[in-house]
Amino acid sequence: MGFFEKLKAGLNKTRDNIVSSIDYVFNGFTNIDDEFYEELEETLIMGDLGVRTTDEIIENLKEKVKENTIKQPAECKELLIQLIKEQMDLGPNAYDFENQKSIVLLIGVNGVGKTTSVGKLAGLLKNQNKKVIMAAADTFRAAAIEQLTEWSHRNGCEIIAQSEGSDPAAVIFDSIQAAKARKADVLLCDTAGRLQNKKNLMEELRKIDKVITREYPEAYRENLIVLDATTGQNALSQLREFKDVTDITGIILTKMDGTAKGGIAVAIQSEFGIPVKYVGVGEQIEDLQKFNSEDFVNALFDLQ
Amino acid sequence: MAFDSLSDKLQNVFKNLRSKGRLTESDVKAALKEVKMALLEADVNFKVVKNFVKSVEERAVGQDVLTSLTPGQMVIKIVNEEMVNLMGSETTEIKLKSGNEITVIMMVGLQGAGKTTTTAKLAGKFKAKGKKPLLVACDVYRPAAVEQLQINGKKQEVEVFSMGTNNSPIDIAKAAINHAKDNNFNVVILDTAGRLHVDEDMMNELIEIKKNVEVDQTILVVDSMTGQDAVNVSASFDEKIGIDGVILTKLDGDTRGGAALSIKAVTGKPILYVGMGEKLSDLEQFYPDRMASRILGMGDVLTLIEKA
Ligand SMILES: Nc1nc2c(ncn2[C@@H]2O[C@H](COP(=O)(O)OP(=O)(O)OP(=O)(O)O)[C@@H](O)[C@H]2O)c(=O)[nH]1
Ligand SMILES: Nc1nc2c(ncn2[C@@H]2O[C@H](COP(=O)(O)OP(=O)(O)OP(=O)(O)O)[C@@H](O)[C@H]2O)c(=O)[nH]1
Ligand SMILES: [Mg+2]
Ligand SMILES: [Mg+2]
Repeated sequence: MGFFEKLKAGLNKTRDNIVSSIDYVFNGFTNIDDEFYEELEETLIMGDLGVRTTDEIIENLKEKVKENTIKQPAECKELLIQLIKEQMDLGPNAYDFENQKSIVLLIGVNGVGKTTSVGKLAGLLKNQNKKVIMAAADTFRAAAIEQLTEWSHRNGCEIIAQSEGSDPAAVIFDSIQAAKARKADVLLCDTAGRLQNKKNLMEELRKIDKVITREYPEAYRENLIVLDATTGQNALSQLREFKDVTDITGIILTKMDGTAKGGIAVAIQSEFGIPVKYVGVGEQIEDLQKFNSEDFVNALFDLQ
Repeated sequence: MAFDSLSDKLQNVFKNLRSKGRLTESDVKAALKEVKMALLEADVNFKVVKNFVKSVEERAVGQDVLTSLTPGQMVIKIVNEEMVNLMGSETTEIKLKSGNEITVIMMVGLQGAGKTTTTAKLAGKFKAKGKKPLLVACDVYRPAAVEQLQINGKKQEVEVFSMGTNNSPIDIAKAAINHAKDNNFNVVILDTAGRLHVDEDMMNELIEIKKNVEVDQTILVVDSMTGQDAVNVSASFDEKIGIDGVILTKLDGDTRGGAALSIKAVTGKPILYVGMGEKLSDLEQFYPDRMASRILGMGDVLTLIEKA
């Protein structure tokens, strides 16, 4: 067998095992030893938690295991689940924006699901009898405005748009005036995808942020970064750079209906303390859910 | 970033070792620990890293250290060579049929990977080669997907074939091929909807397209920021649909792009192009050696080694 074949055979085996992998760690071992921790490390890294967060979690776990004189891997499992659940906890004020006049800005890199999430979130809020306006502030991407317009047909919310190529900050300005005039409860703003290392695009976002601060000071600010659950360690860099431009208050973790674990969100929570508030689980309007740490940890470890 | 200091770290590792003429097992093990870390931080799949490190270790132990290199550089040299080996040592291009024979290309991948944009980018490349490409709007699901392709097609001055969103992608593909035959197009690129590799119905749709039209090249479009799941995604697409090559997008970001190594390792299929921006001209040739040093974060050290 060549290198490829060997590797592929190995990986296929892994894939078959992936569903039972965490159970294997906790049930396949009778003792909590180095080998046990190594397997655990592997599981966490394969879930995209990254080397640093994985090490932190395991160190923390080791301490707790010692403290509580835990001997059984099964008990250790409960401890780990508890640890991550606590870490991912949202706190009581996570959805305050829903109940007051607010402006929600969705930002992130290209193709993560910003426009779709605006459409879904507007639908969610409308179902709570809120008056929602959507701002089409992605004026760059081909057919971004048409895409959001289609969403406005689906969710029945109003959309404010200008033509392709116009200044996104001007669209935001317009939308704020409209929100004020029409007494909207929530103004949801779609923005263009931008990679965090593009200086000019990040400056454009800074400008949008300033316009909001200046024009709509009475509104509650919610700035959500949209992350694709399949993203690896680059998401940390995304957070670092976007956070520098605007205060990020939460994460929308999309595409959780695939096989990616979204473990990068754990790494982000431990490095930046920014919570996941919503998860995307499909392409339809109903496929956006409030974050539930219990479900998240179960999915992370393929538990039922 | 941890990567930038990989070379420093390796120098440090070797400072404490008594390596003279030959790399000993303990030398190599200590150094490869750092390499392993760098690869994981670059999002190379855990299993791939394990296998890779093992094969490097086998090769490195007992090697003579060149007088011009430090032991650290020596290890990097071997790591890099093995990585280029794995990634394919030369650049590959999409094979097009000669003359006016029609080459059918199908773009597939997860949602938001960059299929529609890359479809238009490819059209530009083919046009420059004197081909006459036809772009086909087979995404009938995503809001405004057809309009997006039309706008991009217009920018590239290539025709876009669409039948709205009320026909099946299979029927659209069939009709497009007939249209191509009747109008002397010689490259047909099918832009399909984004789909999850675990979505049976949607995967079957691609299989059906392949049954009904003769697809010459199935190209998997992958976001270079993808993490550990890249192996599951690419292996599933390859097993279920069969892929002929890969295009990595969004490499203009600051990602290390370890997914490239994982995908190559599980599918063995060549990486054809890389997306380097949102503009339709931002599609570049893939160079395995550059990708290797990007993943390692070792560009500078490599030029140093090349000179040695
Ligand atoms: N499976 C799945 N697909 C999703 C989800 N959210 C969004 N998508 C899909 O991902 C693709 C990209 O979504 P968009 O909303 O256009 O992403 P965007 O961030 O606005 O993209 P740009 O504006 O180009 O940066 C579309 O095909 C969506 O249908 C999700 O939760 N699950
Ligand atoms: N920076 C950068 N952006 C890219 C690149 N390729 C695509 N994009 C952007 O990524 C986003 C998604 O691209 P699309 O071409 O719509 O992706 P898709 O795979 O067709 O998406 P779906 O049809 O929804 O599955 C858009 O904002 C593109 O402009 C690239 O190489 N670099
Ligand atoms: Mg968008
Ligand atoms: Mg598309």
